[in-house]
Amino acid sequence: MEILQTVDLKRYFGDTRAVDNVNLTINEGEFISLVGPNGAGKTSLVNVVSAYLRPDSGKVIFMGKDVTDMPVTERVKIGIARSFQLVNLFDDLSAFDNIALAIFSREGKTRNLAKLAHLDHAVSAEADGVLGQFNLMSKRNVPARDLSQGERKLLDVAIAYALKPKLLFLDEPTSGVSTRDKGQIMDTIASVVRGEGITAIIVEHDMDVVFKYSDRIVVMQQGAILAQGAPDEIRKNDQVAMVLLGTSGPDAFTQKD
Amino acid sequence: MQTKNARGGPSTALMLAGVAAILIALIALPQIADVYQTQLLTYGLVFAIAALGFNLLLGFTGLLSFGHSAYFGLGAYSAAFMVRYLGIGSMEVFIVFGLVIVALVSAAFGYICVRHTRIFFGILTLALSQVLWTLAYKFFWVTGGTDGLRVAFGNLTLVGGLIDFKGRGAYQAFVHNYYYYVLFLFCVCTALMWVITHSPFGKALQAIRDNETRAQFLGIQIRRYRWLAFLISGSFTGLAGILWVPLNGLVTPDVLYWPFSGEIVFMTVLGGFRSFAGPIIGAVVFNYLRTYAVASTEYWQFLLGAVLVILVIALPTGIVGTINRVYGKLTGRS
Amino acid sequence: MDILAIQFLNSVFYASILFLIAAGLSLIYGVMRIVNLAHGSLYAFGAYVTAWTIGTLAAGAPIWVLFLLLPAGAIAVAVLGALIEPTLLRPLYNRPEEYQLLVTFALLLILEDSMHYLFGGVPLTTGPVIDSMGTIPVLGLRYPAYNLLVIFIGIAAAGFLWAFIYRTKFGVILRATSQNMRMASALGLNVKRVYVLAFALGCFMAGLGGAVVVPAQAAVLGMGIEALILAFVVVVIGGLGSLEGALIGALIVAFVRTAAIQYFAEVELAVLYLIAAIVLLVKPTGLFGRA
Repeated sequence: MEILQTVDLKRYFGDTRAVDNVNLTINEGEFISLVGPNGAGKTSLVNVVSAYLRPDSGKVIFMGKDVTDMPVTERVKIGIARSFQLVNLFDDLSAFDNIALAIFSREGKTRNLAKLAHLDHAVSAEADGVLGQFNLMSKRNVPARDLSQGERKLLDVAIAYALKPKLLFLDEPTSGVSTRDKGQIMDTIASVVRGEGITAIIVEHDMDVVFKYSDRIVVMQQGAILAQGAPDEIRKNDQVAMVLLGTSGPDAFTQKD
Repeated sequence: MQTKNARGGPSTALMLAGVAAILIALIALPQIADVYQTQLLTYGLVFAIAALGFNLLLGFTGLLSFGHSAYFGLGAYSAAFMVRYLGIGSMEVFIVFGLVIVALVSAAFGYICVRHTRIFFGILTLALSQVLWTLAYKFFWVTGGTDGLRVAFGNLTLVGGLIDFKGRGAYQAFVHNYYYYVLFLFCVCTALMWVITHSPFGKALQAIRDNETRAQFLGIQIRRYRWLAFLISGSFTGLAGILWVPLNGLVTPDVLYWPFSGEIVFMTVLGGFRSFAGPIIGAVVFNYLRTYAVASTEYWQFLLGAVLVILVIALPTGIVGTINRVYGKLTGRS
Repeated sequence: MDILAIQFLNSVFYASILFLIAAGLSLIYGVMRIVNLAHGSLYAFGAYVTAWTIGTLAAGAPIWVLFLLLPAGAIAVAVLGALIEPTLLRPLYNRPEEYQLLVTFALLLILEDSMHYLFGGVPLTTGPVIDSMGTIPVLGLRYPAYNLLVIFIGIAAAGFLWAFIYRTKFGVILRATSQNMRMASALGLNVKRVYVLAFALGCFMAGLGGAVVVPAQAAVLGMGIEALILAFVVVVIGGLGSLEGALIGALIVAFVRTAAIQYFAEVELAVLYLIAAIVLLVKPTGLFGRA
């Protein structure tokens, strides 16, 4: 079943065609990687679909409903969530509070000013659960600004996940993280996301990560979709290899430098 | 007993013990201190309520208002109008109707102001507060102009008319009873604000303060929450104004003039605007500071200005922040 | 008709003063992103220094000497600004802007009492300066020629500032730093020097406003606090950081206020604040401001 469809989506910045007539369909439960060289428009596409930016023309259809004009806060309510490439956390609040906030908002409880937050056991328990799933329990009461870069990235994803979205965008969830931690972080994210059947679209540069976890890879270049398909198909695609790596040939993607 | 919390500051048990001790001291004060000191502390508690309200916007929502004199003054003038034009003497009536008026104006001003942030927000709050000031100043046949309006305690009643201040010893009775009245309301306000700032709503405000974008992406409607915070903030400060005017006996446009807004900011920063108790402590300390400065030198503004400079440059976290830091160092790193 | 002519001249006179103050405020904000709450007090300080220099220090000196001493206030305030920036403002550049606002408020408190201490509580005047220029006939009424001098100074200042900012090398540096401080610094520009000079220049303008107004209007305590609000209204309407904005804003405020005082005295200030609030609602950056 289709969960997301973009129809002739366009977003320009002056002469730059960041999103150039993109028609993308995502099915429920898929784990999609969005790849492409810098400036290909991956983040812009995510920005438009998540309502961070408005499109110049075209439509965004989510679960059969036209959400093109829907503002950010409403899109979140209907089930679209995202994490950010440049970590976006509530720095003075603890890791626990960051996640609890997402849950409070999801449940519509943020309007509540007459009850003490930490007395809501349902929310506390769930927040602790999420912390556990993302291996952040040991940093529960630490202010977000004091976490390590890898932990901050995980928390960024965890907050978006805590919204229990139907569609989750992750913008470079492992960028800025040491290679050693990358695998662990992606394992955590993938297992959590797959375990709940959340449709996920991740913007990634690390092709190892992309090949390992994706159901489908969408390759973008200069605002348009160049190719898309299962990892095996993409691996064999010379044009893609040229665009992403600058070389082609049967072993292009497995060559290490 | 655990003495430290996760951030290195005093633990909850220790804090509760401290609060209890302070409360006992506050209740005992009029029994041991003289009339002057009692009245002085009453002023301190009134300003504490004002600063508490103000800080909901600054410390918790990240909005610096330079126009809070508007709500304080509006509360004060509302009570004064009720005395002058309606002959009312009941404190409860002042509070109820004064709050309604202040809430309405806060809602209106807030609606205008929260569409902007940072500097423009500050300037807007300043401009709107000065609209009220010029009205009070210019329409002197209504507001008494610079002479102001008097609110004599002789006609005042507390607790629905049960307590009044006539006859011999009325002044002492007034100071004594009014102190406890204000203390009670101060405790209620503190408790209310505590719940609000520790509620999911309070957390949402802090999220907006820390990262507006992310808060939006959590589904929080920024403008609406800021507006609500503004409304609550203005109301608390307005209540302080209502409580202030019987104490002062007189309301003049000075209380709407923008430097008074600056004083509210000053006292909050003095105590430490990143903490709950900071504004309370700052207001009480500032009140003492100002009183003694005024008493000791003609150039007390200079003194206060110098204190503020030192505060901003050397101790930006204010009294509470500095105490937390010192406490953390004394008891070793957590 | 003759009253209108006088009102017109008064408005332009008032606008000249407002322009001097507001241009300084806008310059400081434009280059340094600081809202200087002490700006009105600096204007007052300029008025006091000039009044004291002419009215007390050099009292009895020949008229041409007194005229020469008029800029004393402006120079004094500029020097003061050059001392204030490195001591009070520079330590706070890396802090949130709320702190800068607070330190300028502290400066206001310090300045107000300093003026009280230095110059006393009695209004200071400049004695015979304004009368020495006599009056000129305007449609049957007589108007102080000194006010016309002030208008001329205002226009000259606007011209000078414009030329300085848009036609000199330092002006280019100033504009570069205001648009992108980090980049300017990375390009090797001495940002510290730019900042102290910009601040001193802004203070000079405020001080000049005070210096030229004081022959017409005695220096009194509290004049700075009142002036700051008006300066704010001017830059809000005209646009924070814009020179043209300060000019147009000053004209609008001056004309509206003069007319309002004449016809609706009670609401003359309220009208101005409401105009400012409306401008902030409709075009938050002001008529000529950038975001």
